[in-house]
Amino acid sequence: MSETTVGTVSRIAGSFVTAKHMTGSRMFELAKVGEAGIIGEIIRLEGDVAVIQAYEETEGLKLGEKVFGTGKPLSVELGPGLIGQIFDGVQRPLTVISDTFGPLIQRGVEAPALDRKKKWYFQPKMKKGIKAIGGDLLGIVQETPLVKHGIIVPPNVGGVVEDICSEGDYTIADPIAEIRTAEGVKRLFLMHTWPVRRPRPYKAMLPLTMPLLSGQRIIDSFFPVAKGGIAAITGGFGTGKTVVLQTLAIWIDADIVIYIGCGERGNEMADVLERFSKLKITRLDQPLMSRTIFVANVSNMPIVAREASIYTGITLAEYYRDMGYNVAVMADSTSRWAEALREISGRLEEMPGEEGYPAYLASRLAEFYARAGHVQSIGSEEREGSITVLAAISPPGGDFSEPVTTNTLRLAKVFWALDFALAHRRHFPAINWFMSYSEYLHMLEPWFTNVERDWQKLSEEARTLLKEEEELREIVALIGAEILGDKQRSIFEAAKMLKEYFLLQNAFHPVDSYCPIDKTYRMLRTLLKFYKKTKTAIDSGVSLTKILSLSVREELSRLKTIPSKEFNEANLELNREMDEQFEKLISEASGSEST
Amino acid sequence: MSSIANAGLKFFTVKEITGPLLLCESVTGVSYGEVVRVLTPTGDEQNGQVIDTSDKVTVIQVFEGTSGLNVDATAVRFTGETIKLPVSMDMLGRMFTGSGKPADGGPDIIPEDYLDVHAATINPYSRAHPSKFIQTGVSVIDGLNTLLLGQKLPLLSGTGLPHKLLASQIVRQAKVVGEEEGFTIVFAAMGITGDEVKFFRDDFLKMGAMSRVVMFVNLAEDPAIERILTPRLALTTAEYLAFEQNLNVLVILVDMTNYCEALREISAALREIPGRRGYPGYMYTDLATIYERAGIIRGQKGSVTQMPILTMPDDDVTHPIADLTSYITEGQIILDRGMAKRGIYPPINPLPCLSRLMDKGIGPNKTRGDHKQLSDQLYYAYSEGKIVQGTAMVSGEKALTNTDKLYLKFLERFEKEFISQSFDENRDIEETLNIGWSLLSILPETELTRIDPAIIKEYHPHYKQLSSG
Ligand SMILES: Nc1ncnc2c1ncn2[C@@H]1O[C@H](COP(=O)(O)OP(=O)(O)OP(=O)(O)O)[C@@H](O)[C@H]1O
Ligand SMILES: [Mg+2]
Repeated sequence: MSETTVGTVSRIAGSFVTAKHMTGSRMFELAKVGEAGIIGEIIRLEGDVAVIQAYEETEGLKLGEKVFGTGKPLSVELGPGLIGQIFDGVQRPLTVISDTFGPLIQRGVEAPALDRKKKWYFQPKMKKGIKAIGGDLLGIVQETPLVKHGIIVPPNVGGVVEDICSEGDYTIADPIAEIRTAEGVKRLFLMHTWPVRRPRPYKAMLPLTMPLLSGQRIIDSFFPVAKGGIAAITGGFGTGKTVVLQTLAIWIDADIVIYIGCGERGNEMADVLERFSKLKITRLDQPLMSRTIFVANVSNMPIVAREASIYTGITLAEYYRDMGYNVAVMADSTSRWAEALREISGRLEEMPGEEGYPAYLASRLAEFYARAGHVQSIGSEEREGSITVLAAISPPGGDFSEPVTTNTLRLAKVFWALDFALAHRRHFPAINWFMSYSEYLHMLEPWFTNVERDWQKLSEEARTLLKEEEELREIVALIGAEILGDKQRSIFEAAKMLKEYFLLQNAFHPVDSYCPIDKTYRMLRTLLKFYKKTKTAIDSGVSLTKILSLSVREELSRLKTIPSKEFNEANLELNREMDEQFEKLISEASGSEST
Repeated sequence: MSSIANAGLKFFTVKEITGPLLLCESVTGVSYGEVVRVLTPTGDEQNGQVIDTSDKVTVIQVFEGTSGLNVDATAVRFTGETIKLPVSMDMLGRMFTGSGKPADGGPDIIPEDYLDVHAATINPYSRAHPSKFIQTGVSVIDGLNTLLLGQKLPLLSGTGLPHKLLASQIVRQAKVVGEEEGFTIVFAAMGITGDEVKFFRDDFLKMGAMSRVVMFVNLAEDPAIERILTPRLALTTAEYLAFEQNLNVLVILVDMTNYCEALREISAALREIPGRRGYPGYMYTDLATIYERAGIIRGQKGSVTQMPILTMPDDDVTHPIADLTSYITEGQIILDRGMAKRGIYPPINPLPCLSRLMDKGIGPNKTRGDHKQLSDQLYYAYSEGKIVQGTAMVSGEKALTNTDKLYLKFLERFEKEFISQSFDENRDIEETLNIGWSLLSILPETELTRIDPAIIKEYHPHYKQLSSG
């Protein structure tokens, strides 16, 4: 780093440091403060006075200590070696820091994000003399068994390729190509850097047409998210946001997963790291970590790094999107990010908006979510990639009318509303089926219909049933259950079965935690068929009690724990039994009538 | 602005006193977080800390409070040090004030080390995930909201509810099954009464456990600002005992509501823009710097388990103190006034309670293979019972089906036999789980959809009788 400006500390208040004589500094430039070399970002400039937000504790920092400007904004390193890593909010590698400096993160510890010594086998795909633009492929590095890492010309670089190295092992510090740009010859490496607050460019936004399948029945069948879309998962403490995001990080059909732990618990991060290091992506038989990157800035790490963490995460996502991958970003929790923003704004003594959040909360959220999408990537070659953002929101008191929730819901097209009442009775995922929605249903309809003709119809039938039950419940609360006939009672029973046997899904059950889309569909169909048959049977004079004691009913409850390999056969068999058992009941009923 | 090299020796005058804060002229070389000695008009020395310093003014928070101070006759001295706590094994069995001075008439301790009271964050990658079951002997906790070694699990209570009784029962009974050595207790009182402290102390004495207890006590009549320090001293001690002396430490922090009030007081004096209901916007982050100081470090023997206790204003779980606490801790045990009124002890409605780490510490070889599913089924049955009870209340028994009536019966007996137990009843996990099964057997077996058939066959009393009879 070329250290340019030299100023002096003139105020310290928490992680906010004011420095004078900072002529020549720029907004969002990184600065090094004091002897300890505390890193911070310039967030306000007035004359030659700069306000710096420090990424580390400032305790012990003295008035009058020196401040150096670095001339560079907060940037991340992009290159092979990102996958499988655990970074903090400003991309310090927590694994390396733990191995080198021990279990506590002491101030001033530094380590480069990417390993400088590791060699990567590079296969060139570019030829000398070709005019290349940002995004063009220079070559390939097999980063993990799952990720072919495209080494691309950085977005802001272009010109004639003067030199490209031959196939072989290189470190990220070895030059691999030279390009003659308008500003002269530029050397390119396996790695480049990018400022996190600046979105990486793309050629065009494309419509969303594909679902990002989650393996969670209520999500895939009622409230699906599209590749390139935005989903908000909102709920009070303990309603299951983290478990849903973690479960999705395991099962979602994305190529790359970036999991941002933004201001949440240390033990939770330890848990997810431990679990992920042992898990495999079953359909690919590869370790889960071979497509995952963690950004972990837990609640008692400096809030300024927390504020930066979501930008660090999304920039990593954009980089893989540019290579043509479908990336899923989980951010748990964006409320903690917004609180960091509020705290920073408060220290700057800005005019507070709603609930003390700065007036620009909405625009910051919009800027962040604008980085999601399904795009045509930069480069001469045709390439498509996507970023889907799945964001947790933790509203104070579980009240959805607060600013972070309301502002996010203007941008997110999927809302998974978590419900205390469901969580309290241990109905997970506690996604409330009345409040939640997906605006992608319509766009994704062709895809689902392609898979199963009557998909849409089934999903609607199921939701109608839940609605009917709710209405009936209100009536019963007023006038009692006595007046109900078997037909109406059957609505209760069917809704209960739908909730218990289908919507309820245990994230920690070896089989149930993931439900493939065809199993989801077939389960729903079988359950609704039972309901239909129940109604017909009642019409033919069969009593509900008899129907409920059918042995197939019990079998329906076990459908979800049948492994997908055996599922189809078991389901067919169950359908057959169901037909038989109902036929028998109906013929008995009509028999007894005629005698 | 004065500038001297050895500011530590010189006294500076105070410009203004506002609330718990002193404002004085600035000195080059003053550092953020530095400890300040405040010389009072009566000649006493008090302790403060720099919380904001600029060329113009330095703001000092005085832990003992500012009453009795005045602008003319008060002076401050900068020490150049950040706040450190002297620690040693001799702290065991001792009682200290809320700012760490001996409060039992005993001598100062001879320090083995001085530790920064604001500990560095544990690298999440260096943490070992908690996985050991702590048996508290309380069914509603062990069976449904299991506490693990290294967890932070608060008791959310209300004024007049028996959280003290419950806390002391847990302290008395808690043990890690299979481990010989018991817990070492670090107890921090913030703004509670002398009687309450005495209650705990007598209890420790009765248990003969005093030699394994360290107490930090800030009473209701003690300075409020000191409460900012008290939990941090307790946790620094706990970390020393856990990570340097390899002990399993249980930290009791009571009452976190008083801590938060002190935080609010400072924020108001600084004229900061308040967040929800007047509490500072950074209260989440501040509380996290306390609650996150629990856990286990990979490759190390000791552990810090935290049980913060707080009284919720108006019994309101959505109040910022309870809400933010539960957003940080790994679950919550909530005391219920309605149940207390009905004479149920411990008055814990399991529905809003949670132990997030539970799943990792139960099951075969830890508690029992049926534990998780049994717990899920009990939850479902209890909440079903509550719904039925609601219906019965509105539209009378006539609105109930036969199954509904069984759920009602389950509900009653569950509260009486599973939740209720006496203050000195120590149930082992087997007993807790067996009571659970005997209650589930009230319901038809077809209702037990959250339990695998194989487990039902193995544990349901119906099959046990068959196989034994
Ligand atoms: N899908 C699920 N399957 C089984 N259990 C679940 C599921 N979702 C949540 N749980 C249970 O609920 C608990 C709380 O869930 P989680 O930690 O995800 O809540 P949260 O919404 O992230 O809370 P907070 O906002 O406080 O972080 C979990 O520890 C787990 O016991
Ligand atoms: Mg969470």
